[in-house]
Amino acid sequence: MTREPAVDWAPTCSLDALVARADTLAAVRAFFRERGVLEVQTGVIGTATVTEPAVESIAVPGLGYLQTSPEYQMKRLLAAGAPSIYQLGPVFRAGEAGRRHNPEFTMLEWYRLGWDDLRLIDEVAALVAAVLGPAPHRLIRYADVVARAPVLPDVHDRAALTARELLDLRFSLGLDALPPGRWFVIDYPADQAALARLRADDPTVAARFELVIDGLEIANGYHELTDAAEQRRRFETDRAARRTAGQHVPAPDARLLAALDHGLPACAGVALGFDRLLMLKLGVRDIRAVIPFPIDRA
Amino acid sequence: MASYSTNEFKAGMKVLLEGEPCAILENEYVKPGKGQAFNRVRLRNLKTGRVWERTFKSGESLEAADVMDLDMEYLYEDGEFWHFMKVDGSYEQLVAPASAVADARQWLKEQETYQVTLWNDAPIAVWPPNFLELEVVETDPGIRGDTAQGGTKPATLSTGAVVKVPLFIETGDKLRVDTRTGEYVSRAKGD
Repeated sequence: MTREPAVDWAPTCSLDALVARADTLAAVRAFFRERGVLEVQTGVIGTATVTEPAVESIAVPGLGYLQTSPEYQMKRLLAAGAPSIYQLGPVFRAGEAGRRHNPEFTMLEWYRLGWDDLRLIDEVAALVAAVLGPAPHRLIRYADVVARAPVLPDVHDRAALTARELLDLRFSLGLDALPPGRWFVIDYPADQAALARLRADDPTVAARFELVIDGLEIANGYHELTDAAEQRRRFETDRAARRTAGQHVPAPDARLLAALDHGLPACAGVALGFDRLLMLKLGVRDIRAVIPFPIDRA
Repeated sequence: MASYSTNEFKAGMKVLLEGEPCAILENEYVKPGKGQAFNRVRLRNLKTGRVWERTFKSGESLEAADVMDLDMEYLYEDGEFWHFMKVDGSYEQLVAPASAVADARQWLKEQETYQVTLWNDAPIAVWPPNFLELEVVETDPGIRGDTAQGGTKPATLSTGAVVKVPLFIETGDKLRVDTRTGEYVSRAKGD
């Protein structure tokens, strides 16, 4: 019989998982080296942060925020003339902990100059195939995912949910109801564009995609918004929503906006949850099995 | 009373949901990348034993329920209430209504110890020990020697429970029964 030690110092993941992590980091770097994409390292701390209402940052007193994604600083590199770039590193989101979440996780984020979202989807699929092995992928529209949601479960205080929150719940349930496999969700509603541009041929949908594999959300990509005025409007819309909800209201990132004013070249970008990709590679259902020290052991 | 936010929900935590005391069994955090986070929670209603599933918007909170489990000795029934006594030496007595005794009624034996769930110091549920030794008060005559064959017959026990027993069991025999399944286990040892 093994006794639980009084202080839980030991890692939650196996040695095999550490080896798989190292191998996969190397495979990702080889993938981008071969394709001529430059690895960069931007700050883990930034003076500004995202305004999106559903993403909560962790403040660093006196300095700013731990970055929830390297997006803003990577875009500033692109505006300064960098070629296509990628980054592998830690990002942070307050309050996100569970079987699929840890407040600190590893993000793989990359930007392709001159590409659109559809072209980037093919490259994301190629990267996933390089890590998990080849398998077909399919596209599905956001509305079709929502339509697959089963009857809503018993929701506590349902009357208090906004239409948007109910839609988020239906979308989550719809993802769970998708058959196993690699799915790219496309045609997000325009009000969920985040930092994507709207589709030129249909402005009711955003040029945004999300990769879902076996029910697990893996990556989120955009044909990036480069219009500084539109970016300012979206920051203000987010900030107004945060103010209404009584959330912390971060200042808009003045340096990102200045970079957009200077000129962000047309590009597509995507952020991929590296730990979740490892979960799929190892066939485990809990993120604790791929991270040595999740937050309650950090 | 304190309250717990969905972020604090843990298995075993006692909370009030729709006015009913519940124990949390499972709490799963679900969040679409850029969307609202939810917690899918399974809870056991401590009054009925039923399992409820509820989805909460993350950050909502529930009031803590003042619930505790106590070992108590069953004393007697007065026609309306069931009387239990604390076994901590205080001899303090509590009365349980029919709604609390519920299915445990058929397993109540005087001087036996039961687990009584108290909510705001009042009994809301009574849990018999997993195994009890009880006497058969009525069954068809036994068939001697038939200890191997498969047949069964009903037997009424001293507490009122009716269980299926092997054919060789006689009135007056003491049996060991599993109160969770209501099944005969064996004849009691030393009988």
